[in-house]
Amino acid sequence: MLMLTCPACGVTAEETEFAPGGEAHLTRQGPGSGEAAFEGYLFARKNPKGVHFERWRHAYGCGKWFHAARCTATLEVFGTYPMGSAPPPDLIARLQARRPDREGRA
Amino acid sequence: MNRYSVFALARAALDRHQGWGRAWRDAAPKTRYDVVIVGAGGHGLATAHYLARNHGITNVAVLEKGWLGGGNTGRNTTIIRSNYLQDASAAIYEKSRSLYETLSQDLNYNVMFSPRGLLMLAQTEHEMKAYRRTVHANLLQGVQTEWIGPQRVKDLVPMIRIEGPRYPVLGALYQPRGGTARHDAVAWGYARACSAMGVDIIQNCEVTGIDQRDGRVTGVRTTRGDIGCDRLGLVVAGHSGVLAGMAGFRLPIESVALQALVSEPVKPMLDVVVMANTVHGYISQSDKGELVIGGGSDGFNNYTQRGSFHHIEETLRALIETFPAISRMKMLRQWGGIVDMTGDRSPIISTTPLGGCFVNCGWGTGGFKAIPGSGWAMADLMARGTPGPLAADFSMFRFREGRFIDESVAAGVAH
Repeated sequence: MLMLTCPACGVTAEETEFAPGGEAHLTRQGPGSGEAAFEGYLFARKNPKGVHFERWRHAYGCGKWFHAARCTATLEVFGTYPMGSAPPPDLIARLQARRPDREGRA
Repeated sequence: MNRYSVFALARAALDRHQGWGRAWRDAAPKTRYDVVIVGAGGHGLATAHYLARNHGITNVAVLEKGWLGGGNTGRNTTIIRSNYLQDASAAIYEKSRSLYETLSQDLNYNVMFSPRGLLMLAQTEHEMKAYRRTVHANLLQGVQTEWIGPQRVKDLVPMIRIEGPRYPVLGALYQPRGGTARHDAVAWGYARACSAMGVDIIQNCEVTGIDQRDGRVTGVRTTRGDIGCDRLGLVVAGHSGVLAGMAGFRLPIESVALQALVSEPVKPMLDVVVMANTVHGYISQSDKGELVIGGGSDGFNNYTQRGSFHHIEETLRALIETFPAISRMKMLRQWGGIVDMTGDRSPIISTTPLGGCFVNCGWGTGGFKAIPGSGWAMADLMARGTPGPLAADFSMFRFREGRFIDESVAAGVAH
């Protein structure tokens, strides 16, 4: 059972209170984009075995979307941060400390 | 290979069954093969089997990071059906189901195929319309299914409650030749037949890298040394994304946990398979008497082979309303497997951006039923280098081209 903290309202709760929303930080494509760009936006996913930056919604709470960093191999949650922002520096620092061999960023 | 028969059984009885020998060779890796297949689950072994049997390619290794059939092949709810809406799906799943009919004879290994009949309950008006449409489609595709009313459902499944109140049974999509098989036996039977034809099955051999030169695959690096190959097949279900990463391309796949559970064994109470897609639950009774129950998949990416408890709870809560008789049964075991979900919930049997590298994945929550047909189509693809009629529509490039085989709408979740 995952425990997540909603950065919008500050409530910490079990995963049953939240709804998962898939990979975060995808760049939305629109008119004029090519087929490969649309495929990347709609279907191609990193699907990493390890640290995953993803979206969640506080469905049975304040209703707001937010981001989380979580390990898909251990289910460890490293932290959450608000919609519309990149992973904050303290979360990145925590990630580097816990996963020193991790490649890249979000 | 000892041929299994009633005479072999009688002969073996003379020395008190001490002389049976191994069913298949536990091979050590050679330095080079014509074909390397990653993943000794059902799909990988079936691919190797039909490569050898249909195409005469026997210099083949099947690499497995754990043990034979220890992934999703040993974790599913063993349901076999082919009542799909789209033509491409119906073709490959019906090919698969028809291969299951004679698989025990073909492999000389009892896979306990039991075409006991399969019901997909319609519990909403929308489902009723959708399943009637599927029955019409199946009629055109040559797949034997029929629409039956609530009373016929009650006749087939006396313990079902058809009147609701939350989920009344309005009818069902009935496939009389759907059913179940023994999942471990499917892996063991294919392994035994592969081994007898000269295929090496190599366990405890995890692939850690894929070597390539000039855009073609040249071999794999493993925990048991480097192995060269001309052609490489990736058949690893939930870990497809990881292997694709090693090969240098991305797949339209997300890996999530799917759970199942079994009850304590009881006397025969259910002799068909019942699927209830509205409530994400399906149920059958094993030969040992356990009720085998499957649920819906979890919502978030996961490689841990553990699911969330509340999904099990949701499945059981709904099943108890439909089958009140099971409400006080004890559940013995619960487990999870990592399934590879595509955007249209249809599989991928495809060439890849890397030359000589082929991929068979994306079977999602319903791969077991497809094992023979999937292996047949994948072997054809790997032997000829271009997809045959069964595999052609399941290219990984369909997502770019917009040629979806949209079973996510047609089949609901349980699949």
